[in-house]
Amino acid sequence: MAAYSVFTIPRFRPLCVSFLLLCFALAASAQDHTIGIKPTIQIGLTPPTPISIEGLSGEALSVLEFDLYVQGFIVVPSSQAQYHISGRDDGNIVGRLSGSGPNDFSRSYTGAAIRREAHAFSDDVVQAVRGERGIGQTKIAFKSEQAGGTGEIYVSDFDGHNAQAVTADNAIVAAPAWVPGRLALFYTSYKLGNPDIFYSDLSTGQRRVFAAYGGLNTSAAVSPRGDKVAMVLSRSGDPNIWVCNTDGSGLRQLTHTHADDSCPCWSPDGRWICYATKIHSRRRLAKIPAEGGEPEALPTDGAPDPTEPDWSPDGKWIAFCSQSGDYFNICVMSADGGSEPIVLVSGEHPSWAPNSRTLVYNDLIHYHPVLSVLDVFTKQHKNAHNVAGEDSEPAWEK
Amino acid sequence: MIKKLAHSVALATAMAFAWTGCPHKPYDVTAIPPPRSAITDYNPNTIPSPPPVQYSQPVTEQPVMEKPFTMSDWAPVPGALDAETIHFSFDSAVIRDSERTKLQAVAAALSSDKIANVMIEGNCDERGTEEYNRSLGERRAEAAREALVSLGVDENRIHTTSYGKDKPVDPGHDAAAWSHNRRDDFVLLHPKTGA
Repeated sequence: MAAYSVFTIPRFRPLCVSFLLLCFALAASAQDHTIGIKPTIQIGLTPPTPISIEGLSGEALSVLEFDLYVQGFIVVPSSQAQYHISGRDDGNIVGRLSGSGPNDFSRSYTGAAIRREAHAFSDDVVQAVRGERGIGQTKIAFKSEQAGGTGEIYVSDFDGHNAQAVTADNAIVAAPAWVPGRLALFYTSYKLGNPDIFYSDLSTGQRRVFAAYGGLNTSAAVSPRGDKVAMVLSRSGDPNIWVCNTDGSGLRQLTHTHADDSCPCWSPDGRWICYATKIHSRRRLAKIPAEGGEPEALPTDGAPDPTEPDWSPDGKWIAFCSQSGDYFNICVMSADGGSEPIVLVSGEHPSWAPNSRTLVYNDLIHYHPVLSVLDVFTKQHKNAHNVAGEDSEPAWEK
Repeated sequence: MIKKLAHSVALATAMAFAWTGCPHKPYDVTAIPPPRSAITDYNPNTIPSPPPVQYSQPVTEQPVMEKPFTMSDWAPVPGALDAETIHFSFDSAVIRDSERTKLQAVAAALSSDKIANVMIEGNCDERGTEEYNRSLGERRAEAAREALVSLGVDENRIHTTSYGKDKPVDPGHDAAAWSHNRRDDFVLLHPKTGA
């Protein structure tokens, strides 16, 4: 009644409108508080961020488009875009971003090949729009195989370009794994007549045999702090997960199944190792405390025959692949097991980028592996550049 | 309860205001800044070159973790045990009963050739993932090793390795090819002279 009488005085009308808005706001917040709705990013269902690009062409444009696509952006006409990229590329790149408010920038990129400059530009765009580091200037390792099964380990830009062989073994090779923060790899090679784990310092070319026990030595995975290595050895008479220090000391057996364990990966806090195993003859994923203890099976209902897990750097997700007929699909589950895994695209051997949203993996086209890159939130994916041969088992630098 | 009441009061008040209508004063016009005409933030950005990636040098140092068996000390006897290759069901390392006679033949060969060792090579068909198959192949080789030990062969004469799906004998992509590739091969080894 009091509110109504105040409203009849014209001077007080704007005040009344403000009061109206305040009531709406209070009503709205009361509703949220009762139900507790929080916005979440949905794996595979998030709409991509619309962005426009003008003034760039050729390799500069293709690099920018690829980098942004696999980080969850989509290139649209300027009128539909939330952010606007413009620039020119005559030898070197000059790039400009608008639409991000205070983070808008104009920069010139010099001193490198056009692809590298374009990757640096895409990283600056991601930084300005999202406040996160882009992945444009990161690297992957992978194996490339010839007919007959022999091959080499390669390191390349994350998009597969500028690939360089880091072995000259002409042998079966497998399972490259980065040392976090360093230009160094562990990998498996049959160079000495048996699957052995090697360690290579890529900045000097020096390498040494790391594990060469009888039987199987493979699937090395380095702990997040770089102090320990998990791997598959068959010293016990079965392929199990073992852990040691990076100097080879302190070797201990972690799993004791009479089955075939494979593919160990570390949680980013270094406390857990997730791996593929068999429980009651069924393929399952499990995790076990890295210091030793009892394994726990992971809840992967809806994604049968799971294998090849990888834990995201932010700790939230585990990517893996699940068998579907003769092929596999890339799946992502929450690391705490709180929700069912989401099946995304066909492929194997997922490896997380440092941004915890992009994966590199290999798709299989008529049984031939092809490196590919996927943004798990938008499900946008594209084939990477492949070395002539069959490229597989990619590992993103850590 | 109180929240519900506040909600209702707010809604009722809002409805009352909505019914009486908005005031008819014109809105303030906010001036939109003119577009930038020139590059105002010019930041020359020289990118340092990435460090070079070197080819691996030959291995000269001792292994970090020692190996009790060195393949280079042994020479395969070509074809000696080719007929004894045993096959497996999909995704299984269980030795089928039908394969037992072949394992007996391998045990007999080792019994009559006292200096020989045997390498068991486990293999898979192409349908699994690579590292899963490498472990499964090893499990298949280990299964044959256990069977040979139970037939009286000294375990120190038996060695295993796995090729995963990397060494198919049949390049086909059908059930027949896959069944040929899921196998353990046996390689008879003699010590190299002077080893």
